[in-house]
Amino acid sequence: MTHTVLPVGFVPLVDAAPLIVAQEMGFAAEEKLTLDLRPAPSWSLLRDMLAFGQVDAAHMLSPLPVATALGMAGAGCEFSVLSVLSINGNVIGVSTELAAKITDQGHGFTFDDARAAGHALLSASNAPLRIGVPFPFSMHAELLYYWLNALGFAAPNAVDIRTVPPSLMADAISAGEIDAFCVGEPWGSIAVEQGVGSLLLPSQAIWSFAPEKVLAVRRDWPEENAALAARLIRAIWRAGRWLADPSSRLLAAELMSSRRYLDLPPEILERALSGNLTITPQGRQRAVPGFLEFHNGAAGFPWRSQAQWIAQQIASRNGFDRKTAAAAGRQVFRSDLYREALKGTQADLPGASLKFEGALEVETPVASKAGTLSLLPNRFFDRQVFDPSDTS
Amino acid sequence: MSNALSIIVVEADRDRARLIVDGLREAGSFDIHVISEPTGLARQIKARAPDVVLIDIENPSRDTLEELALASGPQERPVAMFVDRSPDGLSTAAVEAGVSAYVVDGLQPARLKSVLDAAIARFRVFQRMRTELAETKRALEERKVIDRAKGMIMKARQMSEDDAYALLRKAAMDQNKRVAEVAQSLITSVSLLS
Repeated sequence: MTHTVLPVGFVPLVDAAPLIVAQEMGFAAEEKLTLDLRPAPSWSLLRDMLAFGQVDAAHMLSPLPVATALGMAGAGCEFSVLSVLSINGNVIGVSTELAAKITDQGHGFTFDDARAAGHALLSASNAPLRIGVPFPFSMHAELLYYWLNALGFAAPNAVDIRTVPPSLMADAISAGEIDAFCVGEPWGSIAVEQGVGSLLLPSQAIWSFAPEKVLAVRRDWPEENAALAARLIRAIWRAGRWLADPSSRLLAAELMSSRRYLDLPPEILERALSGNLTITPQGRQRAVPGFLEFHNGAAGFPWRSQAQWIAQQIASRNGFDRKTAAAAGRQVFRSDLYREALKGTQADLPGASLKFEGALEVETPVASKAGTLSLLPNRFFDRQVFDPSDTS
Repeated sequence: MSNALSIIVVEADRDRARLIVDGLREAGSFDIHVISEPTGLARQIKARAPDVVLIDIENPSRDTLEELALASGPQERPVAMFVDRSPDGLSTAAVEAGVSAYVVDGLQPARLKSVLDAAIARFRVFQRMRTELAETKRALEERKVIDRAKGMIMKARQMSEDDAYALLRKAAMDQNKRVAEVAQSLITSVSLLS
């Protein structure tokens, strides 16, 4: 095995941690890899960098590769997913003005009840509510559509979901361009720090096990670089396992705060890693266990049912055939390659590649190779269950 | 005039915007408008309904433009021009030069080519300027660091400037580092000890 330098793109966010840690803590080197990590200021640029071969792998919003399989997202080529980099980790925030009105409704910002928070938000705002998300194809957008639709407020009539780059989210809310946002960390905490917004909910209150970022490659890349893809998967898996240890948090925050990566104070990055969030400019705190998962509950496993859920959501919204979309979307998450790459390691993987999404109220042991695997709670706030065999 | 291609240039820097506009004017008769503020970008573009939007590939507001392009037809139309992978290599040239072009409404490739050729030429100049500026800045900063370290050595060891520099250079060679790095570590150490 010769040493390989692999160009990998990322957007400077806390959930790029597995890539940064893989490189900085030597997990890539164990696989004779150097990750040449290249930051991108926008998801469109990262998509182009991957499509045009300037990078071979990229940190990516989970719905983006799925959208390429449906002929959307403007990549001009299709992407595949080698692993899930992170579960959950977004926050929904509101302007200071809206926060005051929500408080007047008697809502206590308890941070755990998506239904109550949603009703308070919708009755406090003068419709249509304008909400910023980082990209049209993002888990942020999917969760907002799911949540507000289930509460009876369908986009685009009752809700206006629009794209605002994360680094401009705080500006957009203070300029009155948007009333609320759904964004990945550290940008929610930065809006709080700048005194322009309060956090209403963590995204996991809507779906408790939502695949957030994935490791994406061009569709044909793993066929031509099978061994290299496997080395990358293993390096990232080990980085995720290291990140899952609470004692790694401080060092992880330090590593990521470097100018080459996020270029932000470690204190603000540590909030997302620990799940101890400051939700108001006055310093109110909320502890959110499992705010950002990199490893536990086979977090990295790219379930085909996750991709299928995303595909069917996009299809419904755009009037595509759900059955065709389900079949096309499902094959984007390469659980086969993930399984193959981690064979012979300590990773205990699930026996299945499809599961009911939203069907686990509590942590539940499941069939796995070593018999030690438990899946984390996986439920939607409205207790709907997604059955991947139902594509009608 | 109504037949002229309408182009929006999204660029916050006034000098750069002027250079792009001049470049485009040399290439043909276009109806050009510059937007310098990211606030309200989507609204401004919608109101003007241009044929083409040109934006620095590094500009985070590109993601907002993706949404606009989607709204005009998610599947039928190429969102970004270069995603078309035109056979003449124009797309790749645009990406490498650092410009992205959004075609908000359908447009004949031949008409777009003259716009892009002009934009690519200007963006190449910016890219060169950006690299040169970064290099000059780095060189200047390094010179300052080396001068400070030299001064410290001259004072501490009663040496001439040339000797102090020779000592720094030798240390750098011995440690297989750059002179500026050794100078920086010296300054850091001294500041910790004093």
